Parts: sequence; structure tokens; C-alpha cells
Amino acid sequence: MFLINCPYCGERDQSEFVSGGEAHIVRPKQPTELNDDQWAEYLFMRKNIKGIQFERWNHAHGCRKWFNVARDTSNDKIEKIYKIGEQPPKL
Amino acid sequence: MKNKYSIFSLIKNAFSNHENWQRAWRDPEPKKEYDAVIVGGGGHGLATAYYLAKKHNLTNIAVVEKGWIGGGNTGRNTTIIRSNYLWDASAGLYDHALKIWEGLSQELNYNLMFSQRGVMNLAHNLQDVRDLKRRTHANRLNGIDAVWLETSEVKKFCPIINTSQDIRYPVLGGTLQRRAGTARHDAVAWGYARGADEMGVDIIQNCEVKGIKRNGDTVEGIETTRGFIKTKKIGVVAAGHSSVIANMAGLKLPLESKPLQALVSEPVKPIIDTVVMSNAVHAYVSQSDKGELVIGAGTDSYVSYTQKGSFNIVEETLKAILELYPIFSRMKMLRQWGGIVDICPDASPIISKTSIKGLYFNCGWGTGGFKATPGSGDLFAHTIANDEPHKLNAAFNINRFVSGDLVDEHGAAAVAH
Repeated sequence: MFLINCPYCGERDQSEFVSGGEAHIVRPKQPTELNDDQWAEYLFMRKNIKGIQFERWNHAHGCRKWFNVARDTSNDKIEKIYKIGEQPPKL
Repeated sequence: MKNKYSIFSLIKNAFSNHENWQRAWRDPEPKKEYDAVIVGGGGHGLATAYYLAKKHNLTNIAVVEKGWIGGGNTGRNTTIIRSNYLWDASAGLYDHALKIWEGLSQELNYNLMFSQRGVMNLAHNLQDVRDLKRRTHANRLNGIDAVWLETSEVKKFCPIINTSQDIRYPVLGGTLQRRAGTARHDAVAWGYARGADEMGVDIIQNCEVKGIKRNGDTVEGIETTRGFIKTKKIGVVAAGHSSVIANMAGLKLPLESKPLQALVSEPVKPIIDTVVMSNAVHAYVSQSDKGELVIGAGTDSYVSYTQKGSFNIVEETLKAILELYPIFSRMKMLRQWGGIVDICPDASPIISKTSIKGLYFNCGWGTGGFKATPGSGDLFAHTIANDEPHKLNAAFNINRFVSGDLVDEHGAAAVAH
């Protein structure tokens, strides 16, 4: 339970948002050339970090836009919010 | 040798004001080396150690626990035990556990307060009815008891349920597994700890794992807050923190850790003598022997290790509870808490070897691990001792995420897994 400062709408309750999970997982450029291990890595394997994790969020009950969040999963404190396409901040 | 618990020992100790009970387990210093080390002193970890000692004669082993035993999800769940899973692999796994539960208090000489009061799953729409009927058929083909109840039979079995057809999610029927029920969660950890300790297993509390030492593709030991422990076999049973341990070994797991909440009410006289679960409205309730209603809520949608959970999740569950049980409308909730559950993409567990020799993982139990505690320990012990899975946990290997042979219980399980 925490507040998220949507870069488009401002600060709202977390329940307005949907978590999109780990960010910066790049879609394979040549999917046909991937072997099974690489597919498993892309589809299923997650860092699931205890600490600062970079993740995607969607303001589902608001502007419906996606953006990135750097959040400490050990205390739910949001360190940084940045837009889709931007590189993860150094924290 | 441990003194046997019985009515006579209870009477005898009553005369000395219960001050002379024997210690249930020792508090040993970690040795320099063990044949195997279990990381995580919850029910699953302690059961693993118990069966390693009992069935595989591995007694020079230790369980390391960063807090106190049974202080994680073992002490935070809603204690429901059932085996009415859809897929054959899951049915085999969970019914194996249920069969062990049935004789476990006697085996451990520890009252687990195992109560086969039945678990009823409600259907609230036509698709629920079809899915649940299909599941009862699948259960019975697998030798698991399951019956379909019409709405009037649901009302008869649990009279306080509101079966009016005018509510938002009317009860259209339900399934019942009579062998299912509940157990006292702490007692499971304590019973296994006492049994394992008696066979020589060292249970080391307040000992957090800080690193896993590898030599190439083989494990050599663990770094802990109480020093380095050398071992050739490491069984990790760390629930929500499985990924944290995996990261120490340079492994990635297909897990996401999320808070799952539960809450209990003030104690009242006996009002509900079974367990009722509803998937569609996500509410489940039973009553503890102390008289508290034990209510399970949902998981948060995001990764978090905070053991708290969001208010809106609790609010949604209580809304559903009140619609189904108007009689509870003036009850007060006493406590609310969260536990960190590790969820696999297919909502099925992993009991498996890994690509690193000597490193084994038992994780991914998600929101429904308590019921499997004895079976999970038994099968994980088999996997560690033989370096090969038992046929009952072969399907739950980590390689299924590469081969695509998932055990997809996400949509199939009786309630939100």
C-alpha cells in the first residue's frame, strides 16, 4: 500500500495502478533463432529482487499510460519514476 | 531419547506446574561440516530434514533458519489442507501429502490438531459450475474424494451461507472434499523439529545464509551469519526468499514474490464447522479452535518483501465475506498480517535439482504450500538423498519452463491456487 506519482497525472493511490513486472526485459529481435533455454529466460525467469527493482507500471484506472518505476521491494519506497524508453537511473 | 507425550505426561507435569517439561529440541552451535544443509526452518524445511534422517539415514545434517523456526509462512497461513487439484501431477502430489497428514500426529507423537472438517468450494456462475464439476470428476478418477453439491445441499452443509439467488454472486452449488480440513500450523513445525532433533538433526536458528560457495558447477558450502558451513548438498526451502538465495548462487528462478494477506476476527462461539472457499469472489473462511474466524485474502499484484499487503485487498475480501455471510456483519477483526509467497508462472511448485551439482530447490508453492508440508518434505528428501526426483515430483522439475511442460493450475485450482 503506497502512493505512486504518475508522471502524467500526479500522485495517486497504488490501487489505481497495475504492476507490469520487471522492466527492461528486451523482446528478442530474432525470435525464430532463439533456443528453448533462451525462450525460458525471456518468458519466465525473473530477478525478483529484494531491494531496488526496476519495474513497469500502468495507470489502469487513470490515464492508462505505462511508465517505469525504481522501487525498493524491501520497504515499498519508490526511488525514482521515469518514462518508457528511458534508461534505468543509477541508484 | 525424547519423553513420550501422553495424557499421563500431561498429568505428571501438571503437578510440577509445567515447569519440568523436557526441551523439545536442542539449540546447537553449527558444526564445521554436514552431509547436507537445509536452508529454511519452516514446515517444509523441517519436514525435509525429518525425512532425510528417517527414511534416508542422513542424520549428520542441519537446518539453518534466519529467524525462529515456523516464524515465516508456516505461522502466517490459513491452515487449509485439501488435495482436490485438477491435473494428475498435482493430484498425486497433494494427495500424497494428505495421506501423510492423516497419520502424522501419531507418527510424530505431537498433536497437530489435524481436523478433517471438509473443504467446500463454491460456484457463483455457470462457468464455475462447469469447471468445478469437471474437477470433481478428475478428482474421482485420481482416487480423491470429491462430491458436487447443489445449492440446497450447500445450505444444508453450512447453514450460515446466504444462498439467496438475489445477491451479486449467487451460490449455484459447490464441491466438497470431506477428507480435507485444517491443522495447527505451528505444531507442524514444532512436531517435525522435535522428531528431526531426536534423530540428531541440528536445528540452528538465528543463522542467516549470506552466500553460497561454489567450485565451478558444484557447491562447497554456505556462508552464514554464524560462520562458514561446509557441505556437499544444499536444499533450499526459503519460500518468498527463494530468489534471494538463488541469486547468491548465480541462478535465476521463474518466481515472483508477493504479499499474501490473512486476518482473524475476535473469538466467538462455534459458528462454522468446515472450511468454505470461493474463487470467484475470493473469500475463504474457517474457524479456529480458539473461536476466531480465519479469513484468507488475496495477493498484491506487485513484487514486495514487506509482509504487509494493501488495504484494498482486505477490503475486497471482507465485502465478499459479508455478502456470503451476513451474520458476520458486526464482527470485529482482531489481527491482519501478510506473508511473502513465491509464485511460479503456472502456479505449481518446483521440487527439483538445479544446474549446479548439490544445489536443490523446493519453492514456488505460492499461496497454497501449507497443505503440502509433509508430502513436500518427503519428496524433497527423496530428491536430495538420491539426486533424482521421486515419480510424484518428477513433473515439478525446474526444466519444465524450458521444455514447456507446465503444470498449469493457475486457472484450474479450486481457489486462486
